[in-house]
Amino acid sequence: MSTNGKWEAVIGLEVHCQVRTATKMFCGCANQYGDAPNTHVCPVCLGLPGSLPVPNEEAIRKTILTGLMLGCQIAPVARFDRKNYFYPDMPKNYQISQYEDPLCAGGSVGLDLFQFPKELQESDEAQARRKIRLVRIHLEEDVAKSFHFEERSGIDFNRAGTPLMEIVTEADLRTPGEAFAFLGSLRQILWAGGVSDADMEKGQLRCDVNISIRPVGEAKFGTKVELKNLNSISGVRRALVYEIARQIDVREKGGSLVQETRRWDDNAGATFTMRTKEQAHDYRYFPDPDLLPVRTDRGLQAAAQTSVPELPSEMQERLIRDFGVTAYQASVLTADRVLCGYYEKAAAATKNKAAVANWILNDFLSTQPDPATTPVKPEYFAELADLVTAGKINSAQGKKVFAELVTNPASPHEIVKKLGLEQISDTGALATMCDEAIAANPRSVEDYKAGKMNAINALKGFVMKKSQGKANPVQIDEILKQKLGG
Amino acid sequence: MSLAHETVASLRRRLAKKEIKSREIVTDLLKEIDAREKTIHAYTHIDRETALKAADEADLSRPLGGVPIALKDNLNANGDPCTCSSKILEGYKAPYDATAVARLRQAGAVFLGRTNMDEFAMGSSTENSALGVTRNPWDSSRIPGGSSGGSAAAVAGRIALAALGSDTGGSIRQPAALCGCVGLKPTYGRISRYGLVAFASSLDQVGPLTRTVEDSALLLSSLAGHDPRDNTTDSRSAESFLAKPTHSVKGLKVGLPKEYFIPGMDAETEQAVRAAADWFQKNGAEIKEVSLPLTPSAIAVYYILATAEASANLARFDGVRYGRRAADPKDVLDLYQRTREEGFGPEVKRRIILGTFVLSAGYTDAYYRKAQKVRGLIRQDFEKAFQGCDLLLTPTSPEPAFKLGERTQDPLKMYLADVFTISVNLAGTCGISLPCGFTKSNLPIGLQLIGPRFGEEKMLQAAHAYEQSHDFWRRMPPI
Repeated sequence: MSTNGKWEAVIGLEVHCQVRTATKMFCGCANQYGDAPNTHVCPVCLGLPGSLPVPNEEAIRKTILTGLMLGCQIAPVARFDRKNYFYPDMPKNYQISQYEDPLCAGGSVGLDLFQFPKELQESDEAQARRKIRLVRIHLEEDVAKSFHFEERSGIDFNRAGTPLMEIVTEADLRTPGEAFAFLGSLRQILWAGGVSDADMEKGQLRCDVNISIRPVGEAKFGTKVELKNLNSISGVRRALVYEIARQIDVREKGGSLVQETRRWDDNAGATFTMRTKEQAHDYRYFPDPDLLPVRTDRGLQAAAQTSVPELPSEMQERLIRDFGVTAYQASVLTADRVLCGYYEKAAAATKNKAAVANWILNDFLSTQPDPATTPVKPEYFAELADLVTAGKINSAQGKKVFAELVTNPASPHEIVKKLGLEQISDTGALATMCDEAIAANPRSVEDYKAGKMNAINALKGFVMKKSQGKANPVQIDEILKQKLGG
Repeated sequence: MSLAHETVASLRRRLAKKEIKSREIVTDLLKEIDAREKTIHAYTHIDRETALKAADEADLSRPLGGVPIALKDNLNANGDPCTCSSKILEGYKAPYDATAVARLRQAGAVFLGRTNMDEFAMGSSTENSALGVTRNPWDSSRIPGGSSGGSAAAVAGRIALAALGSDTGGSIRQPAALCGCVGLKPTYGRISRYGLVAFASSLDQVGPLTRTVEDSALLLSSLAGHDPRDNTTDSRSAESFLAKPTHSVKGLKVGLPKEYFIPGMDAETEQAVRAAADWFQKNGAEIKEVSLPLTPSAIAVYYILATAEASANLARFDGVRYGRRAADPKDVLDLYQRTREEGFGPEVKRRIILGTFVLSAGYTDAYYRKAQKVRGLIRQDFEKAFQGCDLLLTPTSPEPAFKLGERTQDPLKMYLADVFTISVNLAGTCGISLPCGFTKSNLPIGLQLIGPRFGEEKMLQAAHAYEQSHDFWRRMPPI
């Protein structure tokens, strides 16, 4: 991403995240995606005359939990406010949100190296592992979903009233790659807490971006542009790449930027003006008189505290430190808590924890197992790793055992017996086979003695064949070299 | 004597003794309606067949079993129209019961009809109804008060036994005073607002209009109590009110706020109310003068806060999901503008504009926030007064019923009709209006008793004692 070295991009994100709860934010309708339109509705989420909202405690608790996971201050008293504007997807033409007294303030999200795009993971920007500060997290209700047909439009109110967390960052991000990594890192944390599935395609995670540029070294912020209609994490990155280039182009040509909202068109690969500052809404916020203030210090915060999980970053550090896995492997494991649980069970049964990680993440994972239900017991991998390390079988045999393990799950010890794979380590037997190899391959012996070191491979191959692959390759290498005097 | 002229309490006793049937009560009421509804026009809808059927099926073992009750047209009753006397809700049928309605249903009540009101409860005369005016049964050239004018006129005119209304700035108490019946606004949070079409969420309350204080207590007992569907209802569970009438005001400390007895006020009103105070004193109560110093600010505070909340509460009426929709809109903005332009009356528009203004950028601090602060002080005024008093005693209305059409061109003058009732809503306490006299021209005068928050029992006891020592409640309009 080029900024000529002359310009710095200043980026802030507003992320909306649907909270996973049984029911909607202010009524008892099911909080469920994908069903027939207008089948999860009631007077409250339809905004019928006379209806009243009642707050969803699970949503509040999960928002507090998110705040705790991200290091925010939790407000002892939080309030709901009415945000007033007219739009067909708004049942009441005001949205119940939070303005002056949000549930959470401050906090931060650390950028996980492995959440950067692969090609950027070696770069300084990824290695820096920056912490992005948050301004606040608040809770509000989602709006309905509009559908546009040829001659009409339809509105599905199933989504109206879904609890929505709004997470606002400071303008701390500096590159499209960081924005990409921020969303991935945030998603990992949300998954860890069971707060949200955060699937952008299902609209469970939505992101608006604020982007401005300034000459490197200048402290003053440039003109801010808001980007909307970003429908995927990679879309966010693409939009930012485009918009930063556009803004630089305008400024370098001597023009000035307009403070506006622009719409990203992924097909066209460009942003277009949506509305300017003058057309911006006056939301006329005021405290919602239908809802009592939320006192978090009367049990809600304590309840949320008990659900704080091990954070992805903490878990990664622990896995590297206590299990000896690589940073990349740690990131794969933290992304899938069930897989990690499976791995930890296997690792508990052996000292060869790193080897077990290789078996599970390199080999087992490629068979696309379901760690929760697989008949392959995690302890089998511990056994397998131990067998190879102890020299009872060699690594090639280990692969054979693995292949059998995933087809007909059984203890590796049994499999080794069943396949007759015990490695031959008896030096006497091996010496005999090496003599045979030397005798049968005079040409290779000559080449080896003449200096071609690779010629020994033919002799090794002969022994391996003779032993049906059971010979200990390290030992036959030693024995052959000794006999050949090399 | 027509059963329509009796009280709920006396009819309940007779129903329980199987002296009469519920169907007979409904039939007598319908006869009275046939005779006088054309003049009074208290009702927007009457469903005779459903009422008779419900009467036949009524469970008489319930506290209000077999009693027909009218509902103000802003309370949702499942399957029935709910117009709020507005064009924008013409044809709208409620798909659910308001909690207040459900509780009356559970108590065995029968619903006879829906009563006229100022559109969306905005008004003090019921002249802001899109469905025609209601006339005061004591003088058909005069207003019944508002916004629950239909409910009050029906009860007073003996074409309803009892009715539900709503009170945001006096809309139950003031029409009760002007029509000579009993109107109760409970403490904010006492009765659920779920299913009451919202005007001002922090001020609205549902309440009964009845002929006697005993009837009022009877209805309150069935209506009150926490509702999980309304976050603002109090956690206190329902009480049984006036279960043991004491008929005594001995030892009661009754405060007369000096700001409610101003020079130049209507002489007959002042005379009747002071006479009531004298009765309290003669019967053992201690009368003291108190002060509610922020009274002069109350109307301004109310018209800022109530309209601000209303501007948001009425935003939902946009023709998109229900109610009236403008024909052939060319785009969304046209749909919104024409639906609301055609659907709302002038007073509703006036208040929406006012409410939007006081919340708008650049003005919200000076108006909305300032008014909230003053509201807090008004609440403190009442709390201080109740430190030394059990009840406050005031006129309900500054004057008896004025003529239809007299104030319709002067909205601000109309707003002043609520000057004695409005502070009670701002403070969130309870108030009741009951007859305390008549003018020379036979127009009712109302006495207001105000209690502290959740002080309904003491207030009802005092009201009942006063009422039963006088004959005002028996007097009927010239019908």
